[in-house]
Amino acid sequence: MSESLRNDGRVWVPLRAGDQRPPGQIPEAERDYYLERRYPSFGNLVPRDVASRAAKAVCDENRGVGPGGRGVFLDFSDVISRQGEAVVRERYGNLFDMYERITAENPYKVPMRIYPAVHYTMGGLWVDYNLMSTIPGLFVLGEANFSDHGANRLGASALMQGLADGYFIIPYTIGSYLAGSKPGSGSADQPEFDAAKAQVRERASRLLARRGRRSATSFHRELGKLLWENCGMARTAAGLKQALARIPELREQFWREVMVPGSQEELNQSLETAGRVGDFLEFAELLCRDALTREESCGGHFRQEYQTPDGEARRDDARFAHVAVWEHRGDGAEPLRHTEPLSFENVHLAQRSYK
Amino acid sequence: MNLVLMVWRQENARAQGHMQRIEAKDVSPDMSFLEMLDVVNEGLTEAGQSPIAFDHDCREGICGSCGVVINGVPHGPQPGTTTCQLHMRHFRDGQVIVIEPFRARAFPVIRDLMVDRSAFDRVIAAGGFITSPTGSAPDGNAMLVSKHAADTAMEAAACIGCGACVAACPNASAMLFVGAKVSHLGLLPQGQPERWSRVHAMVAAMDAEGFGGCTNFLECAAVCPKNVSSDFIGRLNRDLIGAVFLARPRVASNDAG
Repeated sequence: MSESLRNDGRVWVPLRAGDQRPPGQIPEAERDYYLERRYPSFGNLVPRDVASRAAKAVCDENRGVGPGGRGVFLDFSDVISRQGEAVVRERYGNLFDMYERITAENPYKVPMRIYPAVHYTMGGLWVDYNLMSTIPGLFVLGEANFSDHGANRLGASALMQGLADGYFIIPYTIGSYLAGSKPGSGSADQPEFDAAKAQVRERASRLLARRGRRSATSFHRELGKLLWENCGMARTAAGLKQALARIPELREQFWREVMVPGSQEELNQSLETAGRVGDFLEFAELLCRDALTREESCGGHFRQEYQTPDGEARRDDARFAHVAVWEHRGDGAEPLRHTEPLSFENVHLAQRSYK
Repeated sequence: MNLVLMVWRQENARAQGHMQRIEAKDVSPDMSFLEMLDVVNEGLTEAGQSPIAFDHDCREGICGSCGVVINGVPHGPQPGTTTCQLHMRHFRDGQVIVIEPFRARAFPVIRDLMVDRSAFDRVIAAGGFITSPTGSAPDGNAMLVSKHAADTAMEAAACIGCGACVAACPNASAMLFVGAKVSHLGLLPQGQPERWSRVHAMVAAMDAEGFGGCTNFLECAAVCPKNVSSDFIGRLNRDLIGAVFLARPRVASNDAG
């Protein structure tokens, strides 16, 4: 569900581990409003990385709620009794309806159950200040580029970045590129196009020729679980190394054993999925490599080895106050890490506290 | 729960289609309809058969990609709910579920349950751009919009362009879709300069795409997953009448593309 719900909802879990009572039967004194307790000044409005880790922590203590125990309550009863249901409906009606469709529970009456999940990420394709990528003429706008989010993804900003890039930046920057190129000078009957087409056909043929035993979706699931465990909300060097050892094996198995039905002469969603999973198997390795190299905790990147005594992220600005840009150097070749330093002229870097 | 699916299978736009009987076993009531189809597709793939092609993207009910006809109703039995947000708890164990694509002449079948809805894109493109300076942030109070206009425009903008309205209409009319798109801009100050030429161009494009006329069955509003009101059809007709008197139809250009 949308992060905006935390503006009015209060997050809590039962105080006692293994408490299976429905939320209405747990008295106030036996509830742990853990965000308000740990972060009295920010409370339920701490940034999403902090809120996510705190939710994971209480669930790891066996205090999670709902089937599977991976959930915390997001409770609107206070705001409803203070401001009325109509006000809450006006603000969040669509989200409440969506929640009810998925869970068959009425969040006006019983607290929502929420848990962090994979969503948009902070990184993207490298672009210059004109939003042009390393390929001349290829501009990358919106969340596909890396430029706006730092170590933490800004909330509710998929539209923001699309609008900011499209409305404020590209109208000023694309002109200078267009001025230097002749319209209509490019065409598709060039050897580069034929080579690219042949490469795509060859890759698709390779996927279709296997006729193995496992669907691309099953590889996708295994890869997703591996990353969720080892490159998710809490990371360690040991876990990342384990994932970096496993991903090449999985990739090799994928190209040997994947089963893709159909042909490439027709619409084939299985082939599309397989092509994407093939890409994910490359990209997952890069994510882990990047997380292993960055020996600090910062925003959504939390390395368990690098934390303050009270469990908060500990940055290392002397070594890591930079953006890492990985250069693809061909299939199978190790990517090259470039850095772009982050310099702050007016506001200086400091450890932030939400306590 | 166990279900029997009767699914429309069609290899491409030119091929003859047919219904295929597929058993869906051990379906969890907490699955969404599309998750149920995912599981069925895994089974078909493992059995060496071709999986059912269907459109989907966000699975949050906001993108407009998904949509199939379930037991005769576009998006299925839950009012105000897209196919991706429909959950299996609304079906009974052992039930037979008939799944078909959205059917309309303007929406040719691509494969199985996927139809080509690019006719909608062409109608939108015909509407063209709005005149608006870009490059700098607009001043916050330069353009006042009343709460009523903002809310009504928002209700029109809720249209996700899924095409259920067309699939539900006996005439395969796209009036609710076009009404929503015309009203969304027509209600706001930003949409005023091109208001009359826009409605002309969009209605012309709608007719050219082969959508039928509106004869007030209002099945469209009944199945709309975003509850877009049929009032917007009234607004569309009023704007079109206004356009006839107030503006000469401008030839739609392709500048918007």
